[in-house]
Amino acid sequence: MQPQALEDPFVPDIYRVEKVRRELADAVTLELEPQSGTRPDFRPGQFNMLYAFGVGEVAISMSASARLGAGFVHTVRNAGAVSGALARLEPGATLGVRGPFGTGWPVPEAEGRDVLIVAGGLGLAPLRPAIQDVLAHRERYGRVTILVGCRSPHDILYQHDLEEWRQRLDVTVEVTVDHAGTDWHGDVGFVTTLIPRSPFDPDNAVAMVCGPEVMMRFAASALLKAGVPASAIHLSMERNMKCAIGLCGHCQFGPKFVCKDGPVFPLDRISGLLAVQEI
Amino acid sequence: METMDQILAKQAFFADFPAAFADLIAGCASNCHFKAGEYLLREGDPADRFFLLREGKVALEIAAPARAPVVLTTLKEGQIVGVSWLTAPYRAEFDARAMEPVRAIAIDAKCLRGKCEADHHLGYEMMKRFLPLVVERLHATRMQILDVYGQR
Repeated sequence: MQPQALEDPFVPDIYRVEKVRRELADAVTLELEPQSGTRPDFRPGQFNMLYAFGVGEVAISMSASARLGAGFVHTVRNAGAVSGALARLEPGATLGVRGPFGTGWPVPEAEGRDVLIVAGGLGLAPLRPAIQDVLAHRERYGRVTILVGCRSPHDILYQHDLEEWRQRLDVTVEVTVDHAGTDWHGDVGFVTTLIPRSPFDPDNAVAMVCGPEVMMRFAASALLKAGVPASAIHLSMERNMKCAIGLCGHCQFGPKFVCKDGPVFPLDRISGLLAVQEI
Repeated sequence: METMDQILAKQAFFADFPAAFADLIAGCASNCHFKAGEYLLREGDPADRFFLLREGKVALEIAAPARAPVVLTTLKEGQIVGVSWLTAPYRAEFDARAMEPVRAIAIDAKCLRGKCEADHHLGYEMMKRFLPLVVERLHATRMQILDVYGQR
């Protein structure tokens, strides 16, 4: 199904918070239902503009597949005034939603190929819908590997999902943390160190990478070193998005707009821009 | 039964290693095992061995007074434990603790250093393998120090 065209992209629809789940000390997942009508379809990797009334609007990626419910699911980290107001919403509260916007992860394009997911920190949130869609049609893909890096054992997002995916016999899930004491029995090290040890055919793999930009640069470098072509490496970029339809220029990224041309870009379209400090 | 040079030839770390040099390495190598909780290396000890892991997981850690040890990285099958044997004063910089039963190939570093000194071609082959490893770990450590997932 194709995503529906928006009638007026500047007018938010009203959504109600159905559920709030605390994920981390500073992050919650909001399950939203439309106050009236139905929510539009969307692809993994797209985002909505969430409007905390009286505070402001912020771009937040979808964090659950469209196939898993009739509403939107967003994981929000309390990182500023708007996201903080969103993270404090309680069930029954209302907020404005504009969207969906942007490009998605190449989930259908990855069929028949190995899939490598590389997530850093809260970057697992925009990747979760892609993982859910791949696993829903597992037989259509080659080897599926999910690599997750985070700050410490206390900062592992979606632990329940990771445990569930890890129990499957047809998925490789590796989690590593940057900082840990001796009571942590898992891996310690930056997420890129997992890439050389992962099972994938670089000539027939699609990599989807999301996390802090510096992490994505190093992940892309490790993937290129492993032999994955730049056209098969996809990154989800983050810039200050305002209008979300490529008009205002707030999210300009060289000659591109992250809101309209992205947020998901193949590396070969942006590799020249990644190392430019000014943009 | 596999000979040591056959075992080494299967390790990615020694991929494409010239056969003549492989014999020289094998002459310094032996199989070893560690129980969970045992140490492969202790900080400050002579770096007279390094290890190529065949099974199990090892934590590189550093202890600080009045604090629990901090794990810097974990290493698994196919990875090298110990690079301090390459540079003077040849002392281990960190503790290396077996997190689970470990099977490894121990390489006598003093023996290998002597062979590298006597044959610089062998020394260069070893450097070509160890330098990328050291650089890769340096980069990864820088990322960890950057704390990229933290709040700004």
